[in-house]
Amino acid sequence: MKRLSEERTKTLFEKLAKYIGPNVKLLIERPDGIYCFREQKDRVYYISEKILKLAETLPPNQLISAGTCFGKFTKSNKFRLHITALSYLAPYAQCKVWLKPSAEQQFLYGNHVSKAGLGRISENTEKYQGVLVYSMSDLPLGFGVAARSTAECKHADPLAPVCFHQADIGEYIRSEEDLL
Amino acid sequence: MGRKARFNTEGVLVKRGPGKKAKKQKDPTFPKALLNGDSDAKKLSHRQKQRLKKRLVKRKDVAKVAKESSESEQEDEEVWLKPSVSQNDTKVLPGEGFTDDNKSWLKPKRQVVIESEESDEEDCKVGTLNDVSDDSEPDDDDLLPIEKENKILKQQQDEEEQLAEDELQMNIADSEKFKLPSKKEREETASLQEVQQRIRDVIGVLSDFTKLRDEKHSRSDYLEMLKADLCTYYSYNDFLMEKFMQLFPLTEVLEFLEASEVQRPLTIRTNSLKTRRRDLAQALINRGVNLDPVGKWSKVGLVVYSSQVPIGATPEYLAGHYIIQGASSLLPVMALAPQENERILDMAAAPGGKASHIAALMKNTGVLFANDVNSERIKAIVGNFHRLGVVNSVITCVDGRKFPKILKGFDRVLLDAPCTGTGVVAKDQSVKTSKDEQDIQRCYNLQRELLLAAIDCLNAKSETGGYLVYSTCSVLPEENEWVVDYALKKRNVKLVDTGLEFGNEGFTNYRQFRFHPSLKLTRRFYPHTHNMDGFFVAKFRKFSNLIPTTAGEEQGEKRELEEEVEVEEVSTKKQKKNGETQPKKAKKSKENNTSQQELKEKSKEINTSKQEQDEEVKTKKQKAKKVKQNGDIKDNKQEKNAVVDDGKKKKNVVQNSKADTRKEGTNSPKDNKLKKEKSASPGKKNVKTGEKLDWDKIPKEASVKLNKKIKKVKKKQVGVMKNKMFKKKHT
Repeated sequence: MKRLSEERTKTLFEKLAKYIGPNVKLLIERPDGIYCFREQKDRVYYISEKILKLAETLPPNQLISAGTCFGKFTKSNKFRLHITALSYLAPYAQCKVWLKPSAEQQFLYGNHVSKAGLGRISENTEKYQGVLVYSMSDLPLGFGVAARSTAECKHADPLAPVCFHQADIGEYIRSEEDLL
Repeated sequence: MGRKARFNTEGVLVKRGPGKKAKKQKDPTFPKALLNGDSDAKKLSHRQKQRLKKRLVKRKDVAKVAKESSESEQEDEEVWLKPSVSQNDTKVLPGEGFTDDNKSWLKPKRQVVIESEESDEEDCKVGTLNDVSDDSEPDDDDLLPIEKENKILKQQQDEEEQLAEDELQMNIADSEKFKLPSKKEREETASLQEVQQRIRDVIGVLSDFTKLRDEKHSRSDYLEMLKADLCTYYSYNDFLMEKFMQLFPLTEVLEFLEASEVQRPLTIRTNSLKTRRRDLAQALINRGVNLDPVGKWSKVGLVVYSSQVPIGATPEYLAGHYIIQGASSLLPVMALAPQENERILDMAAAPGGKASHIAALMKNTGVLFANDVNSERIKAIVGNFHRLGVVNSVITCVDGRKFPKILKGFDRVLLDAPCTGTGVVAKDQSVKTSKDEQDIQRCYNLQRELLLAAIDCLNAKSETGGYLVYSTCSVLPEENEWVVDYALKKRNVKLVDTGLEFGNEGFTNYRQFRFHPSLKLTRRFYPHTHNMDGFFVAKFRKFSNLIPTTAGEEQGEKRELEEEVEVEEVSTKKQKKNGETQPKKAKKSKENNTSQQELKEKSKEINTSKQEQDEEVKTKKQKAKKVKQNGDIKDNKQEKNAVVDDGKKKKNVVQNSKADTRKEGTNSPKDNKLKKEKSASPGKKNVKTGEKLDWDKIPKEASVKLNKKIKKVKKKQVGVMKNKMFKKKHT
């Protein structure tokens, strides 16, 4: 468990800001104690300081995970969010997409969201902004990138993608082996 | 605009077609076989019928001739006796108006009826014939055939009843005198049904053995065969079946085995971190799942009876609203009763069901350590924790036995130990055949080590906790009560109530085992009584952080050392002595039964014995002498006498040769031993002190000491020079 370098912290927060905007602040300044980001084997964990102290007593090769894994840094030093970060992204999301029940299953198998499956979309979504995907019953299903802005969506072809798939909760079953 | 009704000229509605029920149901037709009553009679072929007709005609002709001769006399009688005939006659009357051909055709009919009254055999045939040929006549004969059929039916019923009764009698006789089949017969049995019947029979016999037994065979014969049959019927191996038969009373064995064949109902646990049970139930019902709460004892469990969708792949599941978990898995966590802001360890956590339950009860506060040795199964913990939204966790991959070296001071520890899985045979059928004595031994050794490690991790001074829950999914006492009993002896822990309101009490007596009476507080769960997997739960409270290393134990270890030393010696005498001293040792070193400990100690002993061997080589010749001299004494087998004799001898020898005296001073077998122990001791201080204790305790040794002192005094008297010589050799 080591601290993130300046550069990596920057890329991490830029990435998070795409999805939750200024709410990133809320992740760090929490009323219930100090929380911090730590890195191990290029994976980034979001963890309470109290737990961190205990976790650091363990040798790194025996520590598998601590707190919540947000994602990993790729070899080219970009940050990739994992589905495991969903529980922190969902409450603070800026732009949301709601899926019709018929399109839920499609998305959970890793497909993009087409116009036909789009139930609702939050106003003022910009093109290529990170969006959280929900079912109509407000169940967070995953996240992705808006393929079109809200205005463009209205005139889009029914089969045209509205949201590109990035991660979905189906991965918990599909790829449990390499969640981290 | 409706359809125009068709009225006739008078304004009366006329039905157009036959109406809704155009096809009126005809009268029922019965198969001929049923009508005739006797299903045995074969249908007559066409030719047969024709022949029969001819025969009847012939007979009738003969009868006619006879009749004509005595018509006048018999007419009245006929009328009186057989009203049917008279009826027939009246019937025939119109027939007489027919042509001749018709007459001849009709007459035999009438005759048939007459004859049918005369003999039973024929009337059956005739009856069939009647039915086949025409339906014009039945009115007159209606009553009679029914009556006859009724009679026949009654007869048949009576016969059947008799048969049934006979059979019943036979059965009773069978069960009363159930004979134990020979081995050959047993091998010959082909069907499983036979085996099952035999199992029942044998259990029946065993339930009232004195009454129903076969004098030739003992109870063990019956039990032997029952075991063999159960093994074949349920396809267990011999060893496991024997264990079950020892564990349960006979009737319960069957229930247990039957229950182990059937899967337990699928249960899920609501993740209270993300949703409430009512909401979840509603959402799942909307998806076409049929479910119910698991029972009053749990607020988070749901039983799934049927489902139209795969229960492990609904969006609710993926969103972490529930986890599939056996009902029995809820119990250890409920017993643990984790509080908020505690530090809790789950020592063998994979796949994280119980651990996430703990996290849910803690409401994501405090710290939860989830540990497992298997790095493959760790991934399941990671997946489940993130899916269920557990954020207060640290997931580690450490051997549980080494955990106390890394981290201690937990408020609560859950140890769901790896086990043979004899309680979850339904889940994994391979258990039936794959387990033997060694597997169980391996299991409980590991469980003991894990349990001690878990206790060491626990902080007794914790304000809220200091509790440990030990659970297994096995039903064997070797893996449960025995392990718990071991921990009670080895650590400062006591058993407390689990807080589970149902479940059987743990054993305090089981075969040769006598466990601590507080083992009543543990809980056992069986598939056949509680409809959940076989399970065992024990809850400990640690009352002191000290690891008790009692003097008795240390001595026990040291005594083991002695034993080893002695074993190396060849003389039978010494072995006999071992036999005498062993019981004491066994008492003091109760815990020695773990083979692992013994191994450790053995390794120590090997070191010491090596040193000893070196010295032994030095004093080999001398020893040989001693043995010879001791020969007489050994035969006496009276140690005290021997010692006294030794003393006397020593004195003599001292006078003879000063150099030899000291060696011979330790002449008796006991003394030899002690000497060797001394020589072995320099390696370890503990051993030395242990020996001192022994010396003090055993009066014989004391006497030897006295002897030595006496000798020394004598030696001084002999002279300074000789003393010096002696000292040199001594050192």
